[in-house]
Amino acid sequence: MKEYAIFLGCIIPNRYPGIETTSTSILKDFDIELLPINGASCCPAPGVFSSFHLESWLAIAARNIAIGEETGRDIVTMCNGCYGSLAEANHLLNGNKELKDKINDILSKVGCEFKGNSKIKHMIEVFSEDIGVKKIQEYMKNPLDGIKVCTHYGCHFLKPSEIKKHGSSERPKFLDELVRATGAESIDYKDKTMCCGFGGGVRARDIDVTLDFTREKLKNIISAGGDCIVDQCASCHLEFDRGQAEIKKIYGEEFRLPVLYFTQLIGLGIGMGQKELGLTFQNIPAESLLDKINGRKK
Amino acid sequence: MPVTKNIIRINDLNSGFIEELVESGRKIFGEDVLRSVEACIQCGCCTGSCPSSRRTAFRTRKIFRETSLGFKESVLGSDDLWLCTTCYTCYERCPRGVKTTDIIRVLRNMAVRQGYMAEAHRMTASYVFKTGHGVPINEEVQRQRVELGLNRLPPTTHSFPEALRSVQEVLRLTGFDEIVGFDWETMELRGRK
Repeated sequence: MKEYAIFLGCIIPNRYPGIETTSTSILKDFDIELLPINGASCCPAPGVFSSFHLESWLAIAARNIAIGEETGRDIVTMCNGCYGSLAEANHLLNGNKELKDKINDILSKVGCEFKGNSKIKHMIEVFSEDIGVKKIQEYMKNPLDGIKVCTHYGCHFLKPSEIKKHGSSERPKFLDELVRATGAESIDYKDKTMCCGFGGGVRARDIDVTLDFTREKLKNIISAGGDCIVDQCASCHLEFDRGQAEIKKIYGEEFRLPVLYFTQLIGLGIGMGQKELGLTFQNIPAESLLDKINGRKK
Repeated sequence: MPVTKNIIRINDLNSGFIEELVESGRKIFGEDVLRSVEACIQCGCCTGSCPSSRRTAFRTRKIFRETSLGFKESVLGSDDLWLCTTCYTCYERCPRGVKTTDIIRVLRNMAVRQGYMAEAHRMTASYVFKTGHGVPINEEVQRQRVELGLNRLPPTTHSFPEALRSVQEVLRLTGFDEIVGFDWETMELRGRK
Protein backbone atom coordinates (compact mmCIF):
# COMPACT_ATOMS: atom_id res chain seq x y z
CA MET A 1 0.00 0.00 0.00
CA LYS A 2 1.17 3.51 -0.85
CA GLU A 3 0.48 6.41 1.50
CA TYR A 4 0.49 10.15 0.96
CA ALA A 5 -0.19 13.11 3.25
CA ILE A 6 -3.12 14.97 1.73
CA PHE A 7 -3.03 18.77 1.76
CA LEU A 8 -6.67 19.88 1.50
CA GLY A 9 -6.32 23.65 1.18
CA CYS A 10 -9.51 25.77 1.33
CA ILE A 11 -11.73 25.34 -1.69
CA ILE A 12 -11.99 21.56 -1.72
CA PRO A 13 -12.93 20.96 1.95
CA ASN A 14 -14.84 24.23 2.29
CA ARG A 15 -16.65 24.46 -1.10
CA TYR A 16 -16.37 21.20 -3.10
CA PRO A 17 -16.05 18.33 -0.60
CA GLY A 18 -17.28 15.90 -3.28
CA ILE A 19 -13.90 16.21 -4.98
CA GLU A 20 -12.24 15.00 -1.79
CA THR A 21 -14.55 12.02 -1.20
CA THR A 22 -14.47 10.95 -4.86
CA SER A 23 -10.67 11.12 -5.08
CA THR A 24 -10.19 9.27 -1.77
CA SER A 25 -12.59 6.49 -2.66
CA ILE A 26 -11.08 5.88 -6.12
CA LEU A 27 -7.53 5.84 -4.72
CA LYS A 28 -8.58 3.16 -2.21
CA ASP A 29 -9.31 0.86 -5.17
CA PHE A 30 -5.68 1.30 -6.21
CA ASP A 31 -4.40 0.71 -2.70
CA ILE A 32 -3.38 4.32 -2.16
CA GLU A 33 -4.24 5.78 1.23
CA LEU A 34 -4.37 9.50 2.10
CA LEU A 35 -3.34 10.63 5.59
CA PRO A 36 -4.66 13.93 6.94
CA ILE A 37 -2.34 16.85 7.75
CA ASN A 38 -3.99 17.94 10.97
CA GLY A 39 -4.02 21.69 11.51
CA ALA A 40 -3.06 22.70 7.96
CA SER A 41 -4.23 26.13 6.79
CA CYS A 42 -4.69 28.03 3.54
CA CYS A 43 -1.67 27.21 1.32
CA PRO A 44 -1.79 30.46 1.08
CA ALA A 45 -3.08 31.24 -2.44
CA PRO A 46 0.04 31.79 -4.57
CA GLY A 47 -0.84 34.81 -6.71
CA VAL A 48 -2.88 36.45 -3.96
CA PHE A 49 -0.89 36.30 -0.73
CA SER A 50 2.54 36.46 -2.37
CA SER A 51 1.35 39.68 -4.02
CA PHE A 52 0.63 41.17 -0.58
CA HIS A 53 3.72 40.07 1.34
CA LEU A 54 6.10 37.43 0.04
CA GLU A 55 7.63 36.65 3.41
CA SER A 56 4.27 35.98 5.10
CA TRP A 57 3.15 33.86 2.15
CA LEU A 58 6.37 31.85 2.33
CA ALA A 59 6.25 31.39 6.12
CA ILE A 60 2.69 30.05 6.07
CA ALA A 61 3.45 27.76 3.12
CA ALA A 62 6.56 26.52 4.94
CA ARG A 63 4.49 25.80 8.06
CA ASN A 64 2.07 23.72 5.97
CA ILE A 65 4.93 21.76 4.42
CA ALA A 66 6.58 21.33 7.84
CA ILE A 67 3.50 19.76 9.44
CA GLY A 68 2.97 17.66 6.32
CA GLU A 69 6.54 16.39 6.56
CA GLU A 70 5.86 15.23 10.10
CA THR A 71 3.72 12.44 8.63
CA GLY A 72 6.87 11.06 6.98
CA ARG A 73 5.08 10.90 3.63
CA ASP A 74 5.20 12.92 0.43
CA ILE A 75 2.53 15.62 0.24
CA VAL A 76 -0.28 15.57 -2.32
CA THR A 77 -2.48 18.55 -3.21
CA MET A 78 -5.70 18.56 -5.22
CA CYS A 79 -5.58 22.21 -6.28
CA ASN A 80 -3.11 23.90 -8.65
CA GLY A 81 -3.06 26.87 -6.29
CA CYS A 82 -2.02 24.77 -3.29
CA TYR A 83 0.46 22.94 -5.49
CA GLY A 84 1.79 26.25 -6.78
CA SER A 85 2.39 27.68 -3.31
CA LEU A 86 3.83 24.56 -1.70
CA ALA A 87 6.02 23.61 -4.67
CA GLU A 88 7.35 27.14 -5.10
CA ALA A 89 8.00 27.50 -1.35
CA ASN A 90 9.80 24.15 -1.37
CA HIS A 91 11.89 25.25 -4.35
CA LEU A 92 12.79 28.65 -2.87
CA LEU A 93 13.64 27.31 0.59
CA ASN A 94 15.65 24.32 -0.60
CA GLY A 95 17.69 26.56 -2.88
CA ASN A 96 18.55 29.27 -0.37
CA LYS A 97 20.00 28.40 3.04
CA GLU A 98 19.83 31.95 4.36
CA LEU A 99 16.13 32.18 3.51
CA LYS A 100 15.45 28.74 4.95
CA ASP A 101 17.16 29.69 8.23
CA LYS A 102 15.19 32.92 8.41
CA ILE A 103 11.85 31.16 7.86
CA ASN A 104 12.78 28.36 10.27
CA ASP A 105 13.61 30.97 12.87
CA ILE A 106 9.98 32.13 12.63
CA LEU A 107 8.61 28.57 12.55
CA SER A 108 10.65 27.58 15.62
CA LYS A 109 8.48 29.99 17.64
CA VAL A 110 5.48 27.78 16.87
CA GLY A 111 7.33 24.50 17.26
CA CYS A 112 7.78 23.69 13.54
CA GLU A 113 10.73 23.14 11.27
CA PHE A 114 10.85 23.12 7.48
CA LYS A 115 13.22 20.34 6.48
CA GLY A 116 12.46 20.13 2.78
CA ASN A 117 12.59 16.36 2.43
CA SER A 118 9.00 15.65 1.36
CA LYS A 119 8.09 15.84 -2.30
CA ILE A 120 5.17 18.07 -3.23
CA LYS A 121 2.91 16.27 -5.69
CA HIS A 122 -0.41 16.96 -7.36
CA MET A 123 -3.30 14.49 -7.49
CA ILE A 124 -2.98 14.47 -11.29
CA GLU A 125 0.53 12.96 -10.92
CA VAL A 126 -0.80 10.25 -8.61
CA PHE A 127 -3.28 9.26 -11.32
CA SER A 128 -1.14 9.68 -14.42
CA GLU A 129 2.17 8.42 -12.98
CA ASP A 130 1.55 6.20 -9.92
CA ILE A 131 -1.55 4.53 -11.35
CA GLY A 132 -1.13 5.22 -15.05
CA VAL A 133 -3.48 5.56 -17.98
CA LYS A 134 -3.57 1.84 -18.75
CA LYS A 135 -4.87 0.86 -15.32
CA ILE A 136 -7.49 3.63 -15.41
CA GLN A 137 -8.64 2.26 -18.77
CA GLU A 138 -9.03 -1.22 -17.31
CA TYR A 139 -10.77 0.21 -14.23
CA MET A 140 -13.67 1.68 -16.25
CA LYS A 141 -16.94 -0.22 -15.85
CA ASN A 142 -18.98 2.15 -17.89
CA PRO A 143 -16.57 3.75 -20.44
CA LEU A 144 -17.66 7.21 -21.45
CA ASP A 145 -17.57 6.61 -25.22
CA GLY A 146 -19.15 9.39 -27.25
CA ILE A 147 -18.70 12.07 -24.57
CA LYS A 148 -16.85 15.17 -25.72
CA VAL A 149 -14.66 16.65 -23.01
CA CYS A 150 -12.82 19.96 -23.00
CA THR A 151 -9.89 19.87 -20.59
CA HIS A 152 -8.62 22.85 -18.63
CA TYR A 153 -5.12 22.48 -17.15
CA GLY A 154 -4.95 25.76 -15.26
CA CYS A 155 -1.73 27.70 -14.61
CA HIS A 156 0.11 26.94 -11.39
CA PHE A 157 0.72 23.23 -11.87
CA LEU A 158 2.55 23.72 -15.16
CA LYS A 159 4.08 27.14 -14.78
CA PRO A 160 6.73 28.33 -14.35
CA SER A 161 7.89 25.22 -16.19
CA GLU A 162 11.55 25.76 -15.26
CA ILE A 163 10.55 25.13 -11.62
CA LYS A 164 7.55 22.82 -11.97
CA LYS A 165 9.16 20.61 -14.63
CA HIS A 166 6.04 18.90 -15.98
CA GLY A 167 6.92 19.32 -19.64
CA SER A 168 5.38 21.73 -22.12
CA SER A 169 3.16 24.43 -20.67
CA GLU A 170 1.93 25.31 -24.17
CA ARG A 171 0.86 21.82 -25.28
CA PRO A 172 0.41 19.65 -22.19
CA LYS A 173 -1.03 16.16 -22.74
CA PHE A 174 -1.40 14.24 -19.47
CA LEU A 175 -4.92 15.40 -18.57
CA ASP A 176 -6.20 14.69 -22.10
CA GLU A 177 -4.65 11.22 -21.88
CA LEU A 178 -6.45 10.54 -18.60
CA VAL A 179 -9.72 11.76 -20.11
CA ARG A 180 -9.25 9.42 -23.09
CA ALA A 181 -8.61 6.55 -20.65
CA THR A 182 -12.23 6.95 -19.47
CA GLY A 183 -13.41 6.34 -23.06
CA ALA A 184 -14.39 9.97 -23.56
CA GLU A 185 -13.03 12.05 -26.40
CA SER A 186 -10.84 15.03 -25.50
CA ILE A 187 -11.55 17.78 -28.00
CA ASP A 188 -9.52 20.87 -28.77
CA TYR A 189 -10.86 24.37 -28.38
CA LYS A 190 -9.61 27.88 -28.89
CA ASP A 191 -7.20 29.16 -26.21
CA LYS A 192 -7.27 25.88 -24.35
CA THR A 193 -4.36 26.78 -22.05
CA MET A 194 -5.72 30.22 -21.20
CA CYS A 195 -6.19 31.10 -17.53
CA CYS A 196 -9.71 30.83 -16.02
CA GLY A 197 -9.41 34.33 -14.52
CA PHE A 198 -9.47 33.34 -10.86
CA GLY A 199 -5.90 34.06 -9.80
CA GLY A 200 -3.64 36.86 -8.66
CA GLY A 201 -6.28 38.46 -6.46
CA VAL A 202 -8.23 39.59 -9.54
CA ARG A 203 -11.36 37.68 -8.51
CA ALA A 204 -11.60 39.48 -5.15
CA ARG A 205 -10.72 42.91 -6.53
CA ASP A 206 -12.17 42.99 -10.08
CA ILE A 207 -14.76 40.25 -10.45
CA ASP A 208 -15.96 41.61 -13.80
CA VAL A 209 -12.49 41.07 -15.27
CA THR A 210 -12.34 37.56 -13.84
CA LEU A 211 -15.77 36.65 -15.20
CA ASP A 212 -14.82 38.02 -18.62
CA PHE A 213 -11.95 35.49 -18.76
CA THR A 214 -14.32 32.72 -17.65
CA ARG A 215 -16.96 33.73 -20.16
CA GLU A 216 -14.44 33.67 -23.01
CA LYS A 217 -13.34 30.14 -22.09
CA LEU A 218 -16.93 28.93 -21.74
CA LYS A 219 -17.85 30.37 -25.14
CA ASN A 220 -14.86 28.68 -26.78
CA ILE A 221 -15.78 25.33 -25.21
CA ILE A 222 -19.43 25.58 -26.25
CA SER A 223 -18.41 26.55 -29.81
CA ALA A 224 -16.18 23.49 -30.03
CA GLY A 225 -19.10 21.27 -28.98
CA GLY A 226 -17.87 20.22 -25.52
CA ASP A 227 -20.31 18.30 -23.30
CA CYS A 228 -18.45 19.30 -20.16
CA ILE A 229 -15.25 20.86 -18.86
CA VAL A 230 -12.78 18.71 -16.92
CA ASP A 231 -10.28 20.44 -14.65
CA GLN A 232 -7.54 19.54 -12.19
CA CYS A 233 -7.70 22.56 -9.92
CA ALA A 234 -10.12 23.53 -7.15
CA SER A 235 -9.81 27.24 -7.91
CA CYS A 236 -10.51 26.80 -11.63
CA HIS A 237 -13.33 24.42 -10.67
CA LEU A 238 -14.95 27.09 -8.50
CA GLU A 239 -14.37 29.67 -11.20
CA PHE A 240 -16.17 27.65 -13.89
CA ASP A 241 -18.98 26.37 -11.64
CA ARG A 242 -19.75 29.39 -9.48
CA GLY A 243 -18.60 31.72 -12.25
CA GLN A 244 -21.37 30.44 -14.54
CA ALA A 245 -23.96 31.25 -11.86
CA GLU A 246 -22.46 34.72 -11.42
CA ILE A 247 -22.34 35.35 -15.18
CA LYS A 248 -26.01 34.43 -15.37
CA LYS A 249 -26.89 36.77 -12.53
CA ILE A 250 -24.78 39.72 -13.70
CA TYR A 251 -24.94 39.42 -17.49
CA GLY A 252 -28.05 37.27 -17.99
CA GLU A 253 -26.04 34.84 -20.07
CA GLU A 254 -26.49 31.13 -19.44
CA PHE A 255 -24.07 28.36 -20.48
CA ARG A 256 -25.16 25.35 -18.36
CA LEU A 257 -21.86 23.60 -19.00
CA PRO A 258 -21.21 20.81 -16.44
CA VAL A 259 -17.90 21.22 -14.56
CA LEU A 260 -16.03 18.13 -13.40
CA TYR A 261 -12.80 17.60 -11.53
CA PHE A 262 -10.92 14.82 -13.34
CA THR A 263 -11.58 12.29 -10.56
CA GLN A 264 -15.32 13.03 -10.85
CA LEU A 265 -15.11 12.09 -14.55
CA ILE A 266 -13.33 8.84 -13.64
CA GLY A 267 -16.05 8.31 -11.01
CA LEU A 268 -18.73 8.57 -13.71
CA GLY A 269 -16.87 5.93 -15.70
CA ILE A 270 -17.07 3.44 -12.83
CA GLY A 271 -20.76 4.12 -12.33
CA MET A 272 -20.63 6.39 -9.27
CA GLY A 273 -23.82 8.42 -8.91
CA GLN A 274 -23.92 12.19 -9.21
CA LYS A 275 -24.85 12.57 -5.54
CA GLU A 276 -21.90 10.45 -4.46
CA LEU A 277 -19.63 12.54 -6.70
CA GLY A 278 -20.89 15.73 -5.07
CA LEU A 279 -22.22 16.98 -8.43
CA THR A 280 -25.69 17.68 -7.02
CA PHE A 281 -24.14 20.26 -4.67
CA GLN A 282 -22.57 22.23 -7.52
CA ASN A 283 -24.09 25.37 -9.03
CA ILE A 284 -24.35 23.96 -12.55
CA PRO A 285 -26.36 20.71 -12.88
CA ALA A 286 -24.68 17.78 -14.61
CA GLU A 287 -27.99 16.42 -16.00
CA SER A 288 -27.22 17.19 -19.66
CA LEU A 289 -24.02 15.15 -19.40
CA LEU A 290 -25.68 12.28 -17.49
CA ASP A 291 -28.53 12.18 -20.02
CA LYS A 292 -26.00 11.88 -22.80
CA ILE A 293 -24.13 9.11 -20.98
CA ASN A 294 -27.33 7.19 -20.19
CA GLY A 295 -28.89 7.74 -23.61
CA ARG A 296 -25.95 6.53 -25.70
CA LYS A 297 -27.01 2.87 -25.96
CA LYS A 298 -30.53 3.60 -27.15
CA MET B 1 4.13 63.04 -11.33
CA PRO B 2 1.48 62.06 -13.84
CA VAL B 3 2.75 60.20 -16.90
CA THR B 4 0.20 62.00 -19.04
CA LYS B 5 2.22 65.24 -18.89
CA ASN B 6 3.55 66.15 -22.29
CA ILE B 7 7.04 66.78 -21.02
CA ILE B 8 8.67 64.41 -18.62
CA ARG B 9 11.73 65.84 -16.96
CA ILE B 10 14.56 63.57 -15.96
CA ASN B 11 14.39 64.98 -12.44
CA ASP B 12 10.81 63.75 -12.12
CA LEU B 13 11.96 60.18 -12.44
CA ASN B 14 13.12 58.03 -9.57
CA SER B 15 16.44 56.69 -10.81
CA GLY B 16 16.76 54.44 -7.77
CA PHE B 17 13.51 52.57 -8.44
CA ILE B 18 15.16 49.45 -9.84
CA GLU B 19 17.48 49.32 -6.83
CA GLU B 20 14.43 49.55 -4.55
CA LEU B 21 12.83 46.72 -6.51
CA VAL B 22 15.96 44.59 -6.15
CA GLU B 23 16.17 45.34 -2.44
CA SER B 24 12.49 44.48 -1.89
CA GLY B 25 12.62 41.06 -3.54
CA ARG B 26 16.26 40.01 -3.26
CA LYS B 27 15.93 37.94 -0.11
CA ILE B 28 13.14 35.81 -1.54
CA PHE B 29 14.04 35.45 -5.21
CA GLY B 30 17.71 36.44 -5.38
CA GLU B 31 19.08 39.53 -7.10
CA ASP B 32 19.24 38.10 -10.65
CA VAL B 33 15.48 37.52 -10.79
CA LEU B 34 14.76 41.20 -10.10
CA ARG B 35 17.61 42.51 -12.29
CA SER B 36 16.19 40.54 -15.22
CA VAL B 37 13.86 43.51 -15.83
CA GLU B 38 16.94 45.34 -17.18
CA ALA B 39 17.11 42.80 -20.03
CA CYS B 40 13.68 43.87 -21.34
CA ILE B 41 13.85 45.04 -24.97
CA GLN B 42 10.19 46.14 -25.11
CA CYS B 43 9.29 43.53 -27.72
CA GLY B 44 5.79 43.15 -26.26
CA CYS B 45 5.67 39.37 -26.24
CA CYS B 46 4.37 39.66 -22.65
CA THR B 47 1.49 41.98 -23.50
CA GLY B 48 0.68 40.04 -26.68
CA SER B 49 0.45 36.82 -24.66
CA CYS B 50 -1.48 38.32 -21.78
CA PRO B 51 -5.12 37.19 -21.36
CA SER B 52 -5.77 40.17 -19.10
CA SER B 53 -4.56 42.76 -21.63
CA ARG B 54 -7.20 41.48 -24.09
CA ARG B 55 -9.91 42.96 -21.92
CA THR B 56 -8.27 45.55 -19.67
CA ALA B 57 -5.77 48.42 -19.78
CA PHE B 58 -3.14 46.22 -18.14
CA ARG B 59 0.08 46.34 -20.19
CA THR B 60 2.96 44.28 -18.84
CA ARG B 61 5.42 45.84 -21.27
CA LYS B 62 4.46 49.33 -20.08
CA ILE B 63 4.97 48.36 -16.43
CA PHE B 64 8.48 47.13 -17.20
CA ARG B 65 9.34 50.23 -19.25
CA GLU B 66 8.11 52.50 -16.51
CA THR B 67 9.97 50.48 -13.90
CA SER B 68 13.23 50.74 -15.85
CA LEU B 69 12.81 54.48 -16.33
CA GLY B 70 11.89 55.10 -12.70
CA PHE B 71 8.20 56.04 -12.92
CA LYS B 72 7.76 54.80 -9.38
CA GLU B 73 4.48 56.45 -8.47
CA SER B 74 2.88 55.61 -11.78
CA VAL B 75 3.76 51.92 -11.42
CA LEU B 76 2.98 51.44 -7.74
CA GLY B 77 -0.10 53.63 -7.65
CA SER B 78 -1.74 52.14 -10.70
CA ASP B 79 -4.81 49.92 -10.43
CA ASP B 80 -3.57 48.11 -13.54
CA LEU B 81 -0.79 46.46 -11.56
CA TRP B 82 -3.51 44.35 -9.91
CA LEU B 83 -5.01 43.01 -13.15
CA CYS B 84 -2.42 40.25 -13.62
CA THR B 85 -3.85 36.83 -12.72
CA THR B 86 -0.31 35.41 -12.35
CA CYS B 87 -0.93 32.94 -15.18
CA TYR B 88 2.81 32.96 -16.08
CA THR B 89 2.19 32.92 -19.85
CA CYS B 90 4.50 35.93 -20.32
CA TYR B 91 7.05 34.41 -17.95
CA GLU B 92 7.17 31.29 -20.12
CA ARG B 93 7.42 33.18 -23.40
CA CYS B 94 9.70 36.14 -22.65
CA PRO B 95 12.60 35.85 -25.12
CA ARG B 96 14.86 37.81 -22.76
CA GLY B 97 14.22 35.67 -19.70
CA VAL B 98 12.62 38.48 -17.71
CA LYS B 99 11.08 36.88 -14.60
CA THR B 100 7.89 38.79 -15.24
CA THR B 101 5.48 37.33 -12.68
CA ASP B 102 8.07 37.45 -9.88
CA ILE B 103 8.78 41.11 -10.65
CA ILE B 104 5.07 41.93 -10.73
CA ARG B 105 4.61 40.28 -7.33
CA VAL B 106 7.50 42.25 -5.82
CA LEU B 107 6.10 45.49 -7.31
CA ARG B 108 2.76 44.63 -5.70
CA ASN B 109 4.48 44.04 -2.35
CA MET B 110 6.02 47.51 -2.69
CA ALA B 111 2.62 48.98 -3.58
CA VAL B 112 1.05 47.36 -0.52
CA ARG B 113 3.81 48.85 1.68
CA GLN B 114 2.92 52.26 0.25
CA GLY B 115 -0.70 51.82 1.27
CA TYR B 116 -2.13 50.69 -2.08
CA MET B 117 -3.92 47.60 -0.77
CA ALA B 118 -7.51 47.24 -1.92
CA GLU B 119 -10.21 46.82 0.74
CA ALA B 120 -11.27 43.57 -0.96
CA HIS B 121 -7.74 42.23 -0.50
CA ARG B 122 -7.60 43.31 3.13
CA MET B 123 -10.85 41.34 3.58
CA THR B 124 -9.35 38.23 1.95
CA ALA B 125 -6.34 38.51 4.26
CA SER B 126 -8.58 38.98 7.31
CA TYR B 127 -10.19 35.56 6.73
CA VAL B 128 -6.78 33.93 7.15
CA PHE B 129 -6.18 35.85 10.39
CA LYS B 130 -9.58 34.77 11.71
CA THR B 131 -9.86 31.18 10.46
CA GLY B 132 -6.58 30.10 8.85
CA HIS B 133 -8.44 29.82 5.54
CA GLY B 134 -8.66 32.33 2.68
CA VAL B 135 -11.95 30.62 1.82
CA PRO B 136 -13.49 29.52 5.16
CA ILE B 137 -16.27 26.96 5.51
CA ASN B 138 -19.96 27.92 5.65
CA GLU B 139 -23.01 26.17 7.06
CA GLU B 140 -24.24 24.83 3.74
CA VAL B 141 -20.98 23.04 2.99
CA GLN B 142 -20.85 21.68 6.55
CA ARG B 143 -24.17 19.95 5.82
CA GLN B 144 -22.89 18.70 2.45
CA ARG B 145 -19.78 17.26 4.13
CA VAL B 146 -21.92 15.29 6.58
CA GLU B 147 -24.09 13.99 3.71
CA LEU B 148 -20.94 12.82 1.94
CA GLY B 149 -19.81 10.96 5.07
CA LEU B 150 -17.11 13.45 6.09
CA ASN B 151 -16.71 15.21 9.42
CA ARG B 152 -18.65 18.47 9.60
CA LEU B 153 -15.34 20.37 9.71
CA PRO B 154 -12.16 19.44 7.81
CA PRO B 155 -9.04 18.46 9.84
CA THR B 156 -7.50 21.89 9.20
CA THR B 157 -7.29 25.00 11.37
CA HIS B 158 -11.10 24.74 11.39
CA SER B 159 -10.79 21.69 13.71
CA PHE B 160 -7.63 22.59 15.63
CA PRO B 161 -7.72 25.92 17.51
CA GLU B 162 -4.07 25.54 18.58
CA ALA B 163 -3.10 25.25 14.89
CA LEU B 164 -5.00 28.46 14.14
CA ARG B 165 -3.07 30.16 16.96
CA SER B 166 0.19 28.99 15.33
CA VAL B 167 -0.86 30.50 11.99
CA GLN B 168 -1.78 33.76 13.74
CA GLU B 169 1.55 33.81 15.56
CA VAL B 170 3.49 33.28 12.31
CA LEU B 171 1.60 36.20 10.72
CA ARG B 172 2.35 38.37 13.74
CA LEU B 173 6.05 37.50 13.57
CA THR B 174 6.27 38.36 9.86
CA GLY B 175 4.48 41.66 10.51
CA PHE B 176 1.58 40.82 8.20
CA ASP B 177 -0.87 42.15 10.81
CA GLU B 178 0.68 45.63 10.54
CA ILE B 179 0.82 45.49 6.75
CA VAL B 180 -2.86 44.57 6.45
CA GLY B 181 -4.00 46.61 9.44
CA PHE B 182 -5.45 43.75 11.44
CA ASP B 183 -6.44 44.49 15.04
CA TRP B 184 -5.94 41.56 17.43
CA GLU B 185 -8.18 43.17 20.08
CA THR B 186 -11.29 43.29 17.93
CA MET B 187 -10.12 40.51 15.54
CA GLU B 188 -11.19 42.80 12.71
CA LEU B 189 -9.50 45.06 10.18
CA ARG B 190 -8.71 48.53 11.46
CA GLY B 191 -10.95 51.23 10.08
CA ARG B 192 -13.85 48.83 9.49
CA LYS B 193 -16.82 47.90 11.62
